[in-house]
Amino acid sequence: MSEYTELKKVASQVRRDIVRMVHGAKGGHPGGALGCTDLLVLLYFKLMKHDKNFKMDGIGEDIFYLSNGHISAVLYSVLARSGYFPVAELATHRKINSRLQGHPTPHSHLPGVRMASGSLGQGLSVGCGTAQAKKLNKDDRFVYVLMGDGEQQEGQVWEAAMYAPHTKLDNLIGFVDYNGQQIDGPCDKVMSLGDLGAKYKAFGWNVLSCDGHDFAELEKTILKAQANKGTGVPTMILMKSEMGAGVDYMMGSHKWHGTAPNDAELASALTQLLETSGDY
Amino acid sequence: MKKYPFTEKKDTRSGFGDGMTELGKTNPNVVALCADLTPSLKLNDFENQNPERFFQIGIAEANMISIAAGMTIGGKIPFTATFANFSTGRVYDQIRQSVAYSDKNVKICASHAGLTLGEDGATHQILEDIGLMKMLPGMTVINPCDYNQTKAATIAIADHKGPVYLRFGRPALPVFTAPDQKFEIGKAWMVNEGKDVTIIATGHMVWEAILAGEKLAELGIDAEIINIHTIKPLDEEAILKSVGKTGCVVTAEEHNILGGLGESVARVLASNLPTPIEFVAVQDTFGESGTPDQLMEKYGLKDRHIVEAVQRVIKKKK
Repeated sequence: MSEYTELKKVASQVRRDIVRMVHGAKGGHPGGALGCTDLLVLLYFKLMKHDKNFKMDGIGEDIFYLSNGHISAVLYSVLARSGYFPVAELATHRKINSRLQGHPTPHSHLPGVRMASGSLGQGLSVGCGTAQAKKLNKDDRFVYVLMGDGEQQEGQVWEAAMYAPHTKLDNLIGFVDYNGQQIDGPCDKVMSLGDLGAKYKAFGWNVLSCDGHDFAELEKTILKAQANKGTGVPTMILMKSEMGAGVDYMMGSHKWHGTAPNDAELASALTQLLETSGDY
Repeated sequence: MKKYPFTEKKDTRSGFGDGMTELGKTNPNVVALCADLTPSLKLNDFENQNPERFFQIGIAEANMISIAAGMTIGGKIPFTATFANFSTGRVYDQIRQSVAYSDKNVKICASHAGLTLGEDGATHQILEDIGLMKMLPGMTVINPCDYNQTKAATIAIADHKGPVYLRFGRPALPVFTAPDQKFEIGKAWMVNEGKDVTIIATGHMVWEAILAGEKLAELGIDAEIINIHTIKPLDEEAILKSVGKTGCVVTAEEHNILGGLGESVARVLASNLPTPIEFVAVQDTFGESGTPDQLMEKYGLKDRHIVEAVQRVIKKKK
């Protein structure tokens, strides 16, 4: 039995939640959510120090920001499965009077969400601010920010990329969900990202890369990023991922960026994902 | 007409800077962020006295607003500081998503608002900022009238939980409000009681309204003058009470006629007490280079324009 058997079980359930939520809402963003499932499960179920009795200021806790807010389904599932709110509430995703808005927000008072996201490009800056506040508070926990790869086209990302090394935010760990796809097609066709790692390196970051679906490699990489604390250099992890990971017909195409499965497609997806801790 | 003697002229941005210096001493959670305009925003003292709580962001205002939002996670009270144009229009989406919609306790402090920025011209003379900010749910919008009031407002907003837009400016103007005043957010300030017309002014225009009130007194017109330093939430009660007495209104602001104080006042009156109203404001145009005084004259924002507006509106009274 692998060291990661339990995490794999959680991830399977989270993926079931995602496809069921998106199907139930007849809309949403399953592709990126499935692609980032392993990362969020590893963070929330193993690496992060966090408290399901939610406190907004997060002092003494690791903080995770989802900058690419459209993949909210994975965040909601992971938060619910961590105990922040009842899993039954996942059924309300994207529906009227729900705390689970299409894009996450603290405005709806959903425990676990500290910052609204959806308009892209702001999360890395927000992460810089929180990392800075942690330094002021002599709080030694980390700040994690997940961004999309298409999101790298936003100019503000590079303002933050310049700021973090300048201010020595070595408690900031960024992730780029590097699946190579965005709404209008492959990133390199829409607006080439070029050598993203070299770009972050040139801005003064410690750049690591890893497979976003291999728990052992992901964990090793994040621990390496953590170990970089003390050098004054922030870390960006280019996480190679597969859009739609875990559901065969969703993988390898941008088609499932923002499309919900129909009844037959849902049934097919659920046969591929084991129910491990009870559907909501 | 009540007299407002003054002994000195000072810029409202210095009121902000001195307010920040005081907050630096009294509130350890206050942090300041500036986008390469530290001397213009009068933050040098704060920076020198609190180097660990002063954050130079460089010329990256979008980054500044989002960093400020992030600093609230950790209990900080961030004050961002740059020119009004770069504090609002340039970063509207960051304010909307990371500050207003995220319910964050960020104070957006904006200098060089309006025409009185002067010679740099229209790129920097934002006349739309009040409108932009007042439309954001949950945003408090404050435009104090002189140095003392700006200092008091700066100190007061640190104790207010929630996003605030604080607007002030560049020119040295008479200091006529009390140095020890208590600043109450959302509470109108009665400058002069009168019976013939209500003049509702904000920011630098409060002084012009006082000058206008003196000229009107010579013409036998007894003007009530109200300083609305808080445009949102608006002190509707004070406005309705005054207008109920005088029966006509002139609003005065260094802002576009669209989206500013005048429209907020007009909405309150249209809903509760339809009343003749005239607007002293910039007539939906951009500004241009010139001295503050030349610009205020050319764009119709001097005391005499308020006097003329009063004469027009009194004729419309039933």
